[in-house]
Amino acid sequence: MNLDAVLVVAAVLTGIGLYGALSQQSFVMIMMGLELMVNGALLACAGLWRWTAAGAPQGQVLLIMALAVMAIEMTLGFAMVVAVYRTRQADVTESVDSLKG
Amino acid sequence: MTGVWVGIAFWIFAVAALWFGWRVFVTDSMVRASYALLASFVNVGAIMVLLLAEYVGVALLFMMTVEMVVMALFMIMFMMNSAGLNPMQMVHQHRWSIAGGMAMAGGFGIALTLPSWPDRPIPTAVGTIRALGLELLGGSMLVFESVGATLLATMLAAVVLSSSRGRYTADAHEGSIPPPLDPDEPDSWAHAEPDEDDDGDAHAGHGGHADHGEHADDEEHADHGEDAEHGEHG
Repeated sequence: MNLDAVLVVAAVLTGIGLYGALSQQSFVMIMMGLELMVNGALLACAGLWRWTAAGAPQGQVLLIMALAVMAIEMTLGFAMVVAVYRTRQADVTESVDSLKG
Repeated sequence: MTGVWVGIAFWIFAVAALWFGWRVFVTDSMVRASYALLASFVNVGAIMVLLLAEYVGVALLFMMTVEMVVMALFMIMFMMNSAGLNPMQMVHQHRWSIAGGMAMAGGFGIALTLPSWPDRPIPTAVGTIRALGLELLGGSMLVFESVGATLLATMLAAVVLSSSRGRYTADAHEGSIPPPLDPDEPDSWAHAEPDEDDDGDAHAGHGGHADHGEHADDEEHADHGEDAEHGEHG
């Protein structure tokens, strides 16, 4: 286990997440892709903190901020899914493309 | 635990995290996708424990367990085929997405491994949690408190967004009925949703609820004069 290995794993996780966020039609599945991307960012931050920060606790504070970003993204995402479903009965992106150019 | 065993554990967790992350988007069952994402998060949390960020790793585990159970619930509520009884593939722009994901993985992988990072590992493995606690309630207290306030704002926003009652009207979505998706079929929405007002199109046509202003009541009465269903909203 070294820094490069952790960073490569994090990059692949982020790539899988981007694939999911771009390819999925369901709102909830898109959120899963976004979560996976934040997951990769979290892992990269943890690896960099472990090997390049000399144990400075501020690095872990950054990790906690990333956790908060995950929670906020999920909460507001679900709230918007509920709001969109209430007005449009839509749960996939193709149903709300009225503004598509 | 010696370095060799840590290395072996890291690769087991890493492969599991990636495999479950990939399974999220290939399984037919939406609930199974939620739990695959949970498994991916659990493995990343385990890696973070190996990286000596024990507090954040365990917090990630707890947080994601609850979050993914909620997500499975949402899958059951909103998705058809949540149990994966029929094979299906709900994707769009699939090739571009694969290319984008691979480009991002490769690009980040190269960009992150090319630079020579400073070699300053954690000097001692003990006391990282204590140091984090002192930092959160010491030098980084503003960050900590800001995160708390932001989470509170998130809760309020989630309630406002998902509430079925609006601030000014009985229904949050009143006046925001969308225009018909197909111009040839002006009444598609009304037919799809018999409980709604028939004049939904007219409301959306002049800009939705915001334009009603103080005359909302008058307009409502004028619009709904002969509407048999108006009694529900009165």
